[in-house]
Amino acid sequence: MQAPPMRLLAPQKNFIAAAELRTYFAGPIQAIGVHLAREQEQIMATKAAERPADTQAPEAVVVRFAGDSGDGMQLTGGQFTLSTALAGNDLATFPDFPAEIRAPQGTLFGVSAFQINFGSTQIETAGDAPDVLVAMNPAALKVNLAALKPGGLIIADSGEFGQRNLDKAKYDRNPLEDGSLVKWDLLAFDISALTLEAVKPFGLGNKEALRCKNMWTLGLALWMFDRDREPIIEWLRGKFRKAPELAEANIAALNAGHAYGETAEISGPLKKLHLPAVEAEPGLYRTITGAESVSLGLVAGAQLAELPLFFGGYPITPASAILHHLARLKEFGVTTFQAEDEIAAVCAAIGASYAGQLGVTSSSGPGIALKTEAMGLAIMTELPLVIVNSQRGGPSTGLPTKTEQSDLYQAVYGRNGDAPMPVVAARSPADAFECAIEACRLATQYMTPVMLLTDGYIANAAEPWKVPDPASYEPFPVTFLEEKNAGDDLLPYKRDEKGARPWIKAGTPGLMHRIGGIEKHVETGNIDYSPANHQAMTDLRKNKIEGIAVPDQDVVLGNQRGALAVVGWGSTFGPIHQAVRRARKAGLDVSHIHVRHIWPLPKNLGELLAGFDRVLMPEMNTGQFKTVLRDQFLVQAESLTKTSGQPFSIAEIEEAIAKYFDGILGNEGGTAPFDPGQLPEPLSGYDDGTYPPRDAGAAEPNTGSDTKAVNQ
Amino acid sequence: MNDMTPITTTLKDWETDQEVRWCPGCGDYAILKAVQRTLPQLGADPAKTVFVSGIGCSSRFPYYVESYGFHTIHGRAPAFATGIKLANPDLDVWLVTGDGDGLSIGGNHLMHVLRRNVNMQIMLFNNEIYGLTKGQFSPTSRIGTTSPSTPLGSIDRPANPCAFALGAGARFVARAYDISKELPDALKAAHAHQGAAFVEIFQNCIVYNKDVFEGFTDKKNAPQNQLWLTDGEPMLFGSEKSGGIKGIALDLDRLELKVVDVADGNWQDAGVLVHNAKNRTIAHLLIEMPFGPFPMALGVIYDDPAPTFESAVIEQNIAASAGKEASLAKLLAKGQTWTVDGTAQDPN
Ligand code: SF4
Repeated sequence: MQAPPMRLLAPQKNFIAAAELRTYFAGPIQAIGVHLAREQEQIMATKAAERPADTQAPEAVVVRFAGDSGDGMQLTGGQFTLSTALAGNDLATFPDFPAEIRAPQGTLFGVSAFQINFGSTQIETAGDAPDVLVAMNPAALKVNLAALKPGGLIIADSGEFGQRNLDKAKYDRNPLEDGSLVKWDLLAFDISALTLEAVKPFGLGNKEALRCKNMWTLGLALWMFDRDREPIIEWLRGKFRKAPELAEANIAALNAGHAYGETAEISGPLKKLHLPAVEAEPGLYRTITGAESVSLGLVAGAQLAELPLFFGGYPITPASAILHHLARLKEFGVTTFQAEDEIAAVCAAIGASYAGQLGVTSSSGPGIALKTEAMGLAIMTELPLVIVNSQRGGPSTGLPTKTEQSDLYQAVYGRNGDAPMPVVAARSPADAFECAIEACRLATQYMTPVMLLTDGYIANAAEPWKVPDPASYEPFPVTFLEEKNAGDDLLPYKRDEKGARPWIKAGTPGLMHRIGGIEKHVETGNIDYSPANHQAMTDLRKNKIEGIAVPDQDVVLGNQRGALAVVGWGSTFGPIHQAVRRARKAGLDVSHIHVRHIWPLPKNLGELLAGFDRVLMPEMNTGQFKTVLRDQFLVQAESLTKTSGQPFSIAEIEEAIAKYFDGILGNEGGTAPFDPGQLPEPLSGYDDGTYPPRDAGAAEPNTGSDTKAVNQ
Repeated sequence: MNDMTPITTTLKDWETDQEVRWCPGCGDYAILKAVQRTLPQLGADPAKTVFVSGIGCSSRFPYYVESYGFHTIHGRAPAFATGIKLANPDLDVWLVTGDGDGLSIGGNHLMHVLRRNVNMQIMLFNNEIYGLTKGQFSPTSRIGTTSPSTPLGSIDRPANPCAFALGAGARFVARAYDISKELPDALKAAHAHQGAAFVEIFQNCIVYNKDVFEGFTDKKNAPQNQLWLTDGEPMLFGSEKSGGIKGIALDLDRLELKVVDVADGNWQDAGVLVHNAKNRTIAHLLIEMPFGPFPMALGVIYDDPAPTFESAVIEQNIAASAGKEASLAKLLAKGQTWTVDGTAQDPN
């Protein structure tokens, strides 16, 4: 095959800085000017012959695909994820959608990125700084460049670096040509032209042809990491079943990208990298996002309770995906109802519970705020209800597409009156499945609303999931009251040993009764304002929730007592776990405790924490869970907070751990600063003036078919 | 309403042991009795009947009816009722709301329950005031209503509940008032209608808005002030004794309704309209007739059933499930999966 036209604009140095990356490159990459001539290719080929022997493959690699929101980066990332899983690597991904629904093409705030961390070791976070950045246009480069590891590799589509796009990205000069990328290795070539060339035989229009660019890029990435193209080709054929010419064009682009890698390898700059498969328990695996996992867990939970599932929802980022998933599962006795607002969504779910189904609603912070009054009614009428809160940055509309765990107060305390409610928090996409089942169990067994906390990170991130056997879960079938429960009388609020009242399905003969939000008599449920009764009912509601049987808290990693416990909840699991693992490897006496049951807390937690000299609590808020633990157990803990809309990096937590062992007193805890290297963050937006971003507060970003990439 | 085997009950069977706690003389008592009188006539089954309400004087209603009852939160009753009907369409749902509950805080939900056409009877007790909170003006209060919050008189333009309902897409709109003997007939028609049946019931709040409807409810002048509509019958009102028989006709030049005199019972010659409950355009005109120059249109103004929301949802659920196996194990393993040795599989 003829070598494709190519421009190499790499810095002048012999070896790239990051050791992990050394294997990508055959050797020195020379700055050889703007035009690639035949001779230069030959020079490179010569250089390639001189290159040193392969070094050891790194344990893990982080790749970020970044482009315009219309470039299909989520799709590319999703398919790359699948190929990674098929190669047996462990992985974690994080898609980062732009906040604007359809931001103007080529602008900084229209950049969409997808990051994957994969390797031959256990992976629990989407990774800190990427090793490889694929930038499909100048804006994508600008927004993501700060993230890239020094010495990392930039793959850029030089065909998109025309004046117009440079202006939109606010570049005065072309960064591919002005030497400003000297810190990194740069591979720039005209992916656009190469794609057009590859799909020419299929007679697509220019626009449609260019849409295959992402498959071209994916082909190159597949080559780089020694991946099989076949599953992607199969997937493309399935996806474009109705338009075979599009399937073939995309496949041609994929193959061309792959072939380009091979040719480029011969000519010098790239080298194939193979990461061996990770050791994993044998069994069937798939990748799963938190939103899928919650949906499947709810379906499983309803089946274990032997109930039909009613889901009331209203579109909101990042929670809508749950509604989308469940809407396709009607054969599992699922009814989905897209209500007129958040309030109607929760009220309809409570209505369904009243009529004997398992009512579920989901939203994110602002929507949860709207549902609050109805949750109070569910607490008062003691009806089962599951409320899923996919937390995002707040307050108010806040950061719709960014992650935070700042709704903990809202979940635990945020209602009028003494209104206790169990709160369960998922720590990863896969864990959300277990947590959703747990929420269904608590709701139906204790006749109470339950809040399940996830966040934007968990909702969108994907990880491999060992497909569980549904038969391995203990069923918790619901028994409805069918007969009067006190001789000739019906006492709708007569409690069982758990403190739960009977569930009486509206429509049951002979058991007519009235319930509502007004304080009710301890047994009959009739309106009763009397002081003694309100005292009794307040106590009963409190005791019921506090008495919930919560499994004892375990230590995920490390000893049961010791110098330092790092206590987390929710999606901080990955970075905490990795940081503690590294610290322990370095000989530090650190343990990782991760709490699932936020309310009521595990009974042994106070005692467990008392066994540690110090407690560090990383949270993506200003220290909310710390307040709860301090209140409940008088724990003296330091917060490590982060409220930049970004997840913690492993390094940040490692650093915070180190401060407990550096002999300096008083420097523990604090705030992890905004890390420009972590997730792509628009550099400008509002100050642009030309393109005022639209509010995506109540809407799902337009990801097209992107999100389906790994959930076919 | 639902197709169910009629059950024999009496008015007494629909009374609860709870003390009714409205102000003495409140119009709500009359409505409660009318409902309790109507339910046996419908052959309704207390176990299959659910009264759902929001917050307000009217919303205490469920506590007094021996059936299932859910006193929910302010304005949201339609949403609860929708969930109930979707979960169990066999339940016969009566929604009780007021002008504040249904048109102010709950206007959004009322709009959507009507638009979706969820099968239930919606009784909106309109007393043009907030009673439970001690007399503030409401969204149906007439301009100039003095109240604790409007000592100088209200300046909001009032909403017309039936116009709101029809505008929202209601397929059944009726009007009656608390003590009218025709109220049970309106309720029966609402119950017979498959879909969201909206009934505005003018209700006298004797404490905070006494006799505000006297203009047309006053017995003496009722014949000339009330136009009771019956499908297929001419729109006649008035009496020979005072002012003569009159009718409602259509002014074709102005596309408006007009009042015409009917001589010797010859309403055809006078051009009096025959009520066609399926005529949405005329329904709009009847609802908007200003009281004073016109009588108050009462009875079943509009009744043209359409498929209900819950039946469509269930139909879609069934169609979507047809031929599909609900295997959780297969669902969990859906999509592209692999085993640890790296074999791609697609169980589906
Ligand atoms: S305040 Fe008015 S509406 Fe309320 S109970 Fe008293 S009279 Fe009836």
